[in-house]
Formats: sequence, C-alpha cells, structure tokens
Amino acid sequence: MLAVAAAKQRGAFALDVRFDLPTPGVAALFGRSGSGKSMVVNTIAGLLKPDVGRIVHDGSVLLDTQQQINVPPERRRMGYVFQDASLFPHLTVAGNLRYAERRAAGSTYVSLDTVTGLLDLGSLMDRRTHQLSGGERQRVAIGRALLTQPRLLLLDEPLAALDEARREEVLPYLETLRDRLAIPMVYVTHDFDEVLRLATHVVLMESGAVIAQGDVANMSLDPHLRSLIGPDQVGAIIDGVVLGFDPASGLTKVRVGRGDLHVQAKDLAVGASLRVQLLARDVIVSTQVPEHLSVRNCLAGLVASIQDDDLGSDLVTIDIGGAMIMARITKAATRELSLAPRMNAWALVKSVSLRGHSFAVAAAPVTSAASPDA
Amino acid sequence: MMWLTADESEALRLSLSIAARSVAFNLPAAILIAWVLTRVRFVGRTLLDALVHLPLVLPPVVVGYVLLLLFGTRGFIGSWLQHAFVIQLVFTRNGAALATAVMSFPLMVRAMRISLENVDRGLEDAARTLGARAADRFATITLPLMLPGIIAGVITAFSAALGEFGAVITFVSNIPGETRTLPLALYTALQSPGGEHAAARLAGLSLGLGLGGLLLSEWFARRVRRMLGR
Repeated sequence: MLAVAAAKQRGAFALDVRFDLPTPGVAALFGRSGSGKSMVVNTIAGLLKPDVGRIVHDGSVLLDTQQQINVPPERRRMGYVFQDASLFPHLTVAGNLRYAERRAAGSTYVSLDTVTGLLDLGSLMDRRTHQLSGGERQRVAIGRALLTQPRLLLLDEPLAALDEARREEVLPYLETLRDRLAIPMVYVTHDFDEVLRLATHVVLMESGAVIAQGDVANMSLDPHLRSLIGPDQVGAIIDGVVLGFDPASGLTKVRVGRGDLHVQAKDLAVGASLRVQLLARDVIVSTQVPEHLSVRNCLAGLVASIQDDDLGSDLVTIDIGGAMIMARITKAATRELSLAPRMNAWALVKSVSLRGHSFAVAAAPVTSAASPDA
Repeated sequence: MMWLTADESEALRLSLSIAARSVAFNLPAAILIAWVLTRVRFVGRTLLDALVHLPLVLPPVVVGYVLLLLFGTRGFIGSWLQHAFVIQLVFTRNGAALATAVMSFPLMVRAMRISLENVDRGLEDAARTLGARAADRFATITLPLMLPGIIAGVITAFSAALGEFGAVITFVSNIPGETRTLPLALYTALQSPGGEHAAARLAGLSLGLGLGGLLLSEWFARRVRRMLGR
C-alpha cells in the first residue's frame, strides 16, 4: 500500500492531500489541469518537498517531516515517466536505457531484454532521441523508468502531448505492463478515457485537495466525478468476466454482477476480465419484466438510490448483485414509475462500450512486482 | 615553420603556449563559477558576478597594475609564492598566462553560463529519479549538455588570450623569448624604424589565427549541435 499525506503552500495555491492506494494496481490521479496532480507525483518521487507530510510505501517510510525523514529521489526507487519523456538528447535510445540499468538498485525483476521485448524497442536502440516520434519517445521513457527496477511507476500525463493516433501507440503497452508485470502505477491524467483503460483505483482531485477516491466501479457512480467528465460520459464501469463466445449471434457473453451482458466482441479468452462502460443515457429502466423488446441486454436488480443530477433529470442506481448500473431518466418518468429505493427494477442497456480487457492481476503470469525487495 | 622568421615563430609559439596555459588554468574555475552563478542563490551573488566581469570593463592596464601590486615580488601574494614555492610571476611567461587568464575569464564564464541556463532542469530531475547522485548527474548530464558553451568558451578565451596586450605588457613587460607574444612583437615592430614590413607580417599572422579560430569554433559548434540533436 502507498499512503500519502502532504501539504504544501506555493504562492496562493495550497496543496493538501491524503489518500491510500492499494498496491499492486493502477491508481489514476484524475482532475482538471492545475488541480495539483503533478505536485502530488513530484512529492511521491521526492522532487518536491511538502511543508508537512508523510509518505509510506509497503512499510518503508520515504518521507516524514515530523521525524525529519526525507529519502532523496535518487534513493526512493520510483520510476518516473515525465510528460515530455525527458530523454537524454546526448545519448541514444540504448544509452538512455543503460543509464537507468546501470544505476538500478535492488534485485532485478525486469531485464533489458524484457523491457525491449515488452515495449518493442529493439528496432529503436541505435536511434538518437530526436529521431523518435512522440509515441516512441514515451515508450523509451517507460522502458527507462522500468529499468531502475522501481517499486512504483509514476506517470505524469505521459500521453497528454500526443495526438489520438499516437496515444494508441502507447496505451496498449501500458496495459501490458499492468497485466504482465503487475507493477504498481500512479497515473496522472485529465483524460477520462485513459482512466477507463488503465486504472483500478481513482483519486479525484480539485484545487489541491482530494475530493473522492475509491475503486473504478465505485468512483464511476460518484457525484464528484460527474462535474469533471460531463453528463454524457456518466455511467457505470464494471469489470466483468468473459463467459464465452456464441458463434451463432457473434456475441460474447460477459458476466457482470449476477447478470449477463452480450457484447460485440470475439477472441476473448474465457475467464478474462473485461471492462464495460454502460453510459447512463443508454440505460432504460423498467419496473416490470420487459418483453417483446429489441434490446438484448436486460439486467434485473433492486433500485439502490435516486439522485437529482442537477440537469433536470434523475440518476437511478440499480444494484444487480455485486455491481451497480446507473440510468438517467426524466423526473416525469421517476414519478410515473413511482421509483423508490429497494424496488425491483430492470435495466435495459442499449449499448455497451468495451474499455479494454485484462487478465486479473492475481493471475499475472510474470514475476510479481509487488515486493521487489523480497 | 619555414615561412616564418625565427623571431616570428618564437612569438607565435609563445602566444600559443601562454594562451593554452591560461585556458587550461581557467577551464575548471570557469565551469565552477558558471555553475555557482546559475544554480546557487546566495547573498553576494551579484557582487561575485560583477567581480568576474570586471576585467571586461576595466582598462587592461589597470588589471596589469593590480596584478603587479598583488603578484609582484613585494606584492602580498607574489612574495608568499616566492618564499614558499620559489615561483616568480613578474617578467615570466607564467605571469603572462596569469594576466591573459584574468582578462579572458569573463568571456569563458559568459559562454558557459548561457549554455548552462539552457540545460533543461527536467533532465537532471529525470536523472535523479533514475538513481544518479549529484556528482554523477553533473558529470553525465549537466556537463555533456553544456558542452557547446564549454567549447565556445574555450575557443573565445583562447583567441582573446592570443591577442591580450595591455595587461600582459603592464604585468610582465615585453621580454623577447619570455613574454613577447604576437601583439607585443607587433607593437615592438611598429616602434622600431623600418619595422613596417615585419608589423604587416605579424598582423597577417594574427589575422589568420583569428579567422582559423572562428572557423574551428563554428565547426565544433555544428558537430556538437548535431550530437545533441538540435
């Protein structure tokens, strides 16, 4: 676990954060630009010293201002991927990687070969850094950070400087690292798509403070998130389990909570974890068993809560047993259906967005990065 | 050197040797001062900055005179050097190297500072997170990245050292074979009747050296820029 508590005054801006992150896992620090996210990762890395603070990672104290403990960044063993990659221009790609490899501390759990393999860096090794594309630069930066054998990988908006196409050149690699190396990551972003793709845990930040935190499924229902991502993005995020592929319909069956969804996908391994996003605007609520409908996905559950979304509609949360679904309906509909908590309800899902899949972290095939010291 | 007279080649060799010594002496100090002035915030930084730049604005004769006061045989430092190490600076080529060193020091520091200010601090932070400690970071990141400034500083200072006149003649006088560098030889030739031809040859030699230095500097700068990918 990574426990962070830090306060720092910088001009008119006050940072005051406190949060605990489970490790391994990918924690997204999510918030608008200027909310203090980068200050938080710099504090974890040791590049920024808070006025008051305490940072403990898996039992080792990295910072404690009361006890005057402040492990310098060069001894914290935090891999750091900077927004602009910060590759050394006077070295080749191989030179950059070896720079990190030579200074690594602790036992080796990712070798140079593993890194070049995982990130496809083989063909880039002799290049100078200015000959790389933006996506390639970030891949090299990620590889360089990994070669320090870090106990934690910090990524400060690594994709922010890239356009859509270039992002897709990097994101799959980050998913691979998460699933294959099980390396704990703290990932700073203001792009919700990246959170959806990578995060297992979300810390929401605003004006230098943490306003909410929790796992992705819970946070997807959090009212604080709504104001950050806009009404059209609001919806439940559920990590389902692939049950199998039906060749007749061409759909893959996914278990979410106690119900099943049929999604447009194939070639997914049975038992693999599949993250789905059910946008609230795409979910219809029924208080009776729906019949004679074209909608294929229908999940039965109990109404958990009804909240005003401040835009003239209601957000109805339905508990489908181990997972929650959220639907946006008009206030008139709430009245006519006499919706109330604990009522039986059926959620009809018009469309399902697939947000990446992964093998459960527990089943990670490569050596665990949870305790590289061991 | 067949096409030079014995006197000319002696002045040339002396100039090159004195300039090389002054540059070698200045190099580590200039890197240190450039680093301190760019990176360290302390009381008196402005004063140090002014002191370093003083030789640029003072008449060279004043620098030579101050050196004479400090390093002369009865000077504060000069007498100590004489007694402790039997080193005499006045009227020697080492003294000439000291005078040119003082005069060209600010040029070297300036070139290095500009390039140090352009070094991306983010790269040093990156090196920190990769486990590099202070000395390691300086040697492997800061120094290579400020290389263009170091090269520019060395070449400018060397060229300026070749041409230093006022401070040298004031401090170590104009002794053939010991302190008579190219500009001093040129001055001597101009002072002697019928020396116009010799003066013209020496002026041409200086011109060639200067031009060569500038071209070399440009060639180096281009190579380093390519190396750094700029």
